[in-house]
Amino acid sequence: MGSPSTAPSSVDSPLIVDGLGKRFGDVQALDDVSIEVQPAELFGLVGPDGGGKTTLFRILTTLLIPDSGSATVLGLDVVRDMWEIRARVGYMPGQFSLYPDLSVEENLGFFASVFGTSIEEGRSIIAPIYEQIEPFRDRRAGALSGGMKQKLALSCALVHRPDILFLDEPTTGVDAVSRREFWDLLHSLKESGLTIVVSTPYMDEADRCDRVALMQHGRILATDRPAAIGALFPHPLFGVRGHDRVALIRTLREAPHSASVFPFGGELHYSDTRTDMDPSQIASEVRQLLHAKGMEDAEVRSIEPGIEDTFMSLMGTASSTVPA
Amino acid sequence: MSNAIEVQELTRKFGSFTAVNAITFTVGSGEVFGFLGANGAGKTTAIRMLTGLLAPTSGEAQVAGFDVFTQAEEVKRKIGYMSQRFSLYGDLTVRENIALYGGIYGLDDGEIRERSEAMLGHLGLRDSGDDLVASLPLGWKQKLAFSVALVHQPAVVFLDEPTGGVDPVTRRQFWEMIYAAAADGTTVFVTTHYMDEAEYCDRVSIMVDGRIGAMGTPAELKAEFKVGTLDELFVRLARPAGNATVAGGGG
Amino acid sequence: MMRPGAMRAFMVKEIRHILRDRQTLTILLLLPLAMVVLFGYALRSDVKDVRIAFVDPMPDDATGAIRNRFAGSARFQVVDVVPTVAAVEPLFRRGAADVALVFEPDLAGRLSRGSPAQLLLIGDVSDPNTGTTIQAYASAILADYQRDLSTARSGMRIEMRTRMRYNPTLESVNLFVPGLIALVLTLVSALMTAISLSKEKERGTLEVLLVSPLRPWQIILGKVLPYLLLAFVNVVTALLAAWAVFQVPFRGSLALLLVASMLYSMVSLALGVLVAAITTSQRAAMIGAMAGTMLPNELLSGMIFPIASLPDWLQWVTIVIPARWYIVISRGIMLKGAGIEHLWSEMLVLVAMLAGFLLLAVRSFSSRLD
Repeated sequence: MGSPSTAPSSVDSPLIVDGLGKRFGDVQALDDVSIEVQPAELFGLVGPDGGGKTTLFRILTTLLIPDSGSATVLGLDVVRDMWEIRARVGYMPGQFSLYPDLSVEENLGFFASVFGTSIEEGRSIIAPIYEQIEPFRDRRAGALSGGMKQKLALSCALVHRPDILFLDEPTTGVDAVSRREFWDLLHSLKESGLTIVVSTPYMDEADRCDRVALMQHGRILATDRPAAIGALFPHPLFGVRGHDRVALIRTLREAPHSASVFPFGGELHYSDTRTDMDPSQIASEVRQLLHAKGMEDAEVRSIEPGIEDTFMSLMGTASSTVPA
Repeated sequence: MSNAIEVQELTRKFGSFTAVNAITFTVGSGEVFGFLGANGAGKTTAIRMLTGLLAPTSGEAQVAGFDVFTQAEEVKRKIGYMSQRFSLYGDLTVRENIALYGGIYGLDDGEIRERSEAMLGHLGLRDSGDDLVASLPLGWKQKLAFSVALVHQPAVVFLDEPTGGVDPVTRRQFWEMIYAAAADGTTVFVTTHYMDEAEYCDRVSIMVDGRIGAMGTPAELKAEFKVGTLDELFVRLARPAGNATVAGGGG
Repeated sequence: MMRPGAMRAFMVKEIRHILRDRQTLTILLLLPLAMVVLFGYALRSDVKDVRIAFVDPMPDDATGAIRNRFAGSARFQVVDVVPTVAAVEPLFRRGAADVALVFEPDLAGRLSRGSPAQLLLIGDVSDPNTGTTIQAYASAILADYQRDLSTARSGMRIEMRTRMRYNPTLESVNLFVPGLIALVLTLVSALMTAISLSKEKERGTLEVLLVSPLRPWQIILGKVLPYLLLAFVNVVTALLAAWAVFQVPFRGSLALLLVASMLYSMVSLALGVLVAAITTSQRAAMIGAMAGTMLPNELLSGMIFPIASLPDWLQWVTIVIPARWYIVISRGIMLKGAGIEHLWSEMLVLVAMLAGFLLLAVRSFSSRLD
């Protein structure tokens, strides 16, 4: 499934993925995946666990060989130019790969040496991150909080001044404050010219990316700017509130023009099949229906679809879901 | 009994460090209550006290009508627990997991059989009852884990970051299951790092440095603190409270 | 791409891991001491096909009859008959004979005169089990012969004296020290590297190392060298303990023994890497290292059960057990004072094994994940 507005193709693209496929036994982990990332772009791969994000990262970091298709990182082929790529990418795998029995400084020093550099040589690039954890440089990595581990792991991935950074679910298991700080750091790295590819299972983090690719079951559902993704939603969408959520859900699902009903934070998102009708008219019809069924406190308003709405509509009746 | 959880001045110290500092709150029966806080804010310690795993230093707490300090065993029988990290045994089948937890909570074979079938039917897992849990997709695992946590019909169920990593549709289905359980009178106590998940709760509290920094319905809190999202509120409360980047002792 | 700095950093990191895990380190350092002290004696065992030579200065009816009885026994295999004790020496040195039975001159005459006859059993036996077992079998055959004689004539008596050439007092601990060193080295080298490497796999750090410019052989070498150091310390500890506590003799070259020990350690390390490379979890690696190295090295190396007492097919299996060769070397050096001129073939076997396992380890340790 292509996207309506892919960024212009360029030979200078630091990452070009073309028709990548990879299968593990019965599982098609990647199915015809194509993306192109621009220099100094913060590109997000957004999708649930098992969507193929980690497999894609492992192919791009030369850890796996694709079954089909091709990919170039910094103009180098991920199969043929394995060693050149390895010297120039930074990679942070899904779990923070640190040595818990080594101190903050020892971890960083080790990863610097592995890439033939030192903390001092890499200091200018890691400074904004490392300064936050440097007061704890003698503390063992195992005794750090999630947020500090995350920053240390990022420092380790950056210390050799890579030309492109791959971060696989860097914000999983980290509290909201640390997550926000982490995304701020990624933005300042991007401003300095670094290309960053980051994956996340959390839809709300997609807004922090320049462009995102939505991934599910090894396929790309859509690739676009976060703001443009919502426009792909095919139906008028409404937010519905009321105290009896269970009754609201049941009633809305049985409504004559119901396309989908999902809980969405404190409200419900209801979409209607009548795409050519005035949304405010639909809203008042739905409100009347709910009031008639005894839910007098129900409020219905027309809303703009977000990334998560689009993701769910693109997923359709994907196979992992169970009929409720 | 109107309140499933009643906590007064609950405190826990580790040496000179006060992990939980005189917190007071109540959770009503059938309420979905979000319990939030940064790493190290004292969330884990508070939950361990509420589930009878850790004795309070001072203060009182009743869960399902029992005192967590003097009646920890009764409390444990009346609560269910589900964590994203660990709940079900991947190397056992779906039915074996249900039978295990049913057995742990003292259900007899007949009840286990009956509830297993009802649960599998409800989850649409009837054909997968003899599959290893490890072979199920993550979303099914999470929903199954939640159902298993309810197998002994507890008064209160504790959920630790229940929907991490699952796809958005499954996540909604999961929350519908939570709402259905709450509508049946089960109290649901949710902890999570993800503020959009907190928006699903009837009421939330945010712990900051061992105290409750804010409590109310998501709408009330957003109005009170004049913020657009709970995420903003969380960051505002947690950041001055000390660098959240620093590890807290014992959580 | 050579990166000596990266290699050194890797080793420093590995040494830190070892030093930080105080409990494991203490156990590993005290282990050789504890083992030498704990292993006091050996298990009894069965022996067959003992190669026997006869020293028969004056062949007569009696010596002929006794030789025939030995030749007819399933336990013994007669390899030579020589006229003097001096002529047995080369047989022992070549390893062509295990024991020699020395007849007195004019044995038949002494028996017919009714004077007591003496026979001497000399063994090239570094292993006390084998020594006592062989002695028992030889006595049984002589006792049979004597009983047959006694029915004809009464009052005949044959006394047998035994002299073991090496390890004369047959002290088990002497024999066990080389085996124990092998065991400790296997533990430190194979088991610990397997665990430490699989830990990196489980923790995800290996993924980062693989994506770095480090080559697989660098990762393997960086992993292995610090443990080689630890193994060296262990050999020295075991030797010191054996010498201080049990006064175990040390007849040969210490340098040669240390070289052989390091060679054996490297074989074990390569095995450990191989095990870690083909297993996916720490637990599997641990069990794999135990089953694949510890057990065979203990049971099939001749350390506890003499190889000669194993069934034929199992004796063939022992050929691929590194400890079997190492134990021959270390017993040779420690108890017999043998030099490289006698042990080069065993050393060569270890070198070949090292090359083989190393090749297998580097090959199965992929620079990718699949």
